Amino acid sequence: MSIRRLSPNQPASFAFTPATLAAAKAWMASFPAGRQQSAMVPILWLVQKQEGWVCEPAIRAVAELLGTPVIRVLEVVTFYTMFMLEPVGTHALVQVCGTTPCQTRGSEALLAVCKRRFGPANHRTADGKFYWQEVECMGACANAPMAAINDRYYEDLTPEGFEALLDAFAAGETPAPGSAIGRQGSAPAGGATTLTDAKLYDGSLGRKMKIPNLPPKASKTPRKPTGAPA
Amino acid sequence: MAGLLADKDRIFLNIYGQRDWGLEGAKARGAWNGTADIVTQTPEWICDQIKASGLRGRGGAGFATGLKWTFMPKVQSERPHYLLVNADESEPGACKDRDVLRNDPHLLIEGCVIACRAMRSHTAYIYIRGEYVHERERLTAAIKQAYDAKLLGPGSILGYDVDVRLQHGGGAYICGDETALMESFEGKKGQPRLKPPFPAGAGIYGCPTTVNNVETIAVVGTILRRGAEWFSAFGTEKSTGTKLFAGSGHLNTPCVVEDAVGISVKQLIEDHFGGVRGGWGNLKAVIPGGISVRMIPAEQCEEALMTYEDLQARGSGLGTGTMIVFDKDADLVKAIARASYFYKHESCGQCTPCREGTGWMWRVMERMVTGEAEMSEIDTLLDVASQVEGHTICGLGDAAAWPIQGLFRHFRHEVEDRINRYRARKGSYAGATIAAE
Repeated sequence: MSIRRLSPNQPASFAFTPATLAAAKAWMASFPAGRQQSAMVPILWLVQKQEGWVCEPAIRAVAELLGTPVIRVLEVVTFYTMFMLEPVGTHALVQVCGTTPCQTRGSEALLAVCKRRFGPANHRTADGKFYWQEVECMGACANAPMAAINDRYYEDLTPEGFEALLDAFAAGETPAPGSAIGRQGSAPAGGATTLTDAKLYDGSLGRKMKIPNLPPKASKTPRKPTGAPA
Repeated sequence: MAGLLADKDRIFLNIYGQRDWGLEGAKARGAWNGTADIVTQTPEWICDQIKASGLRGRGGAGFATGLKWTFMPKVQSERPHYLLVNADESEPGACKDRDVLRNDPHLLIEGCVIACRAMRSHTAYIYIRGEYVHERERLTAAIKQAYDAKLLGPGSILGYDVDVRLQHGGGAYICGDETALMESFEGKKGQPRLKPPFPAGAGIYGCPTTVNNVETIAVVGTILRRGAEWFSAFGTEKSTGTKLFAGSGHLNTPCVVEDAVGISVKQLIEDHFGGVRGGWGNLKAVIPGGISVRMIPAEQCEEALMTYEDLQARGSGLGTGTMIVFDKDADLVKAIARASYFYKHESCGQCTPCREGTGWMWRVMERMVTGEAEMSEIDTLLDVASQVEGHTICGLGDAAAWPIQGLFRHFRHEVEDRINRYRARKGSYAGATIAAE
């Protein structure tokens, strides 16, 4: 378990922007009537997108919106580690994956870069621009090591490339996410060795076809037995 | 040809995102082809075909999919039936569903419609992990395309109405457990539920629910299009079909790739992952199915096959089919200690053996990394691991114990050496001899 507590420094109030509220209502509508609590995690996520983190007044506002006791929202916010409980960097929230597959491919060097540039993990830097943390598996293991910066995955990183990436964020830019060594998705470096057959993509697979193994059709009017008198 | 599988027999034709992920592109690659003919069949026919194909759940447990679907009630009461697709991929090593979600989303959506028909459901929810923001955007767009084309929603041109909706998580590995997934789905902490009741009896909102992995659902359309016997011709009797594999760790070209189940570990590594860094002789161990299965040492990798039964016989498992490879320079003790930290971090805190045990095991493992441990602690650690295993509501306790057990089964001598070295060093530093134990 990870111990998570609300920040001692909380703003006085929170208000949904019209866009956040509209998106929240859309999530609530996608669940059956009376089951709107299901939208809690998506709505808290929207709050975090609006404010950068989840503050205590926002927790109350979400509880009111969903018609649930405040404790239900509080326990969800403190359970799920994606919710940031204190203000994060204005330029970048840097989340470096440190779990075994990334560790075997050099994530420790990336963590060292963060430590040197930004100081200890889980703190906002003095200039307020960055906030970094080590996170658990992000599900991009074939492109390890990786870091998620402001929700986008930057993959196949080297310490030098990572430094350059952070320089760009510090300058207020948003570099294109994806593989740093030009891999297409999770294809092997140097290009895919499979899926090279052009016939797969000539549209022939989209032509009308017959599904195999279908049961014999029960015709509505039973066919007369052959040889029966007309 | 690299691997066992010819290109014509692959299911995921856009796994790297090299083509159009959208509806038109997916249709040209065969998705949504003949779907109307499939969903107008009886649920029994669909379940029988999937049973005949031998498809087993691709999320790690490997339960027979067709059989699982038949557990749903045969008549619909006032409680609706739900399909809940588990896209909460968070197992270290596993990164295969992500490529389906972002590059072949229509195969998944089509599979949802067919699976819903098979279990007399009209609603499918896809629960995607919160960190997959890009994948969620892609999936949202693909679902909208399917609605616009009247493939989903009321008045479907397929003749069977299904709604496919999204839900997302907040970054908790435990929500990959099917009952924790349902709790989380309902907007609660993701703490697993006791079984029974089983989800097919009382799942989300107390209604009959079936939870399936992304890859399991995404392959259903192609299996029915090409015939159960086509799928079951690959692999072995108990492990059929094709499957997505992924490689990470000390490989020359790690990647995600589809191949036949039953491919050997060696061929998978050599043909698809560019070989082990430093050559095959430099291999030390492989964790074949995501971090939660036990590792197998290099000498077994020569003949080990990527099937459920072969890896199980070696004390490991196929899991999600996503391997982590270690070469001879790798510090296995450190790698497993990091895995122990992962489980300590991700334990939901509900069951005492797991909540306390994962933290305890991690702390001991950290000392084993430096060698600062007592020799007798190895047996104590294994004893604790065996007491966590099987004594928790969900499988996280088991998953936390297995990597440690795998390490000590094959590499106990390494840890012992490390402890001895640490002591020898200490002794010379202190200038005194340490009492023999």
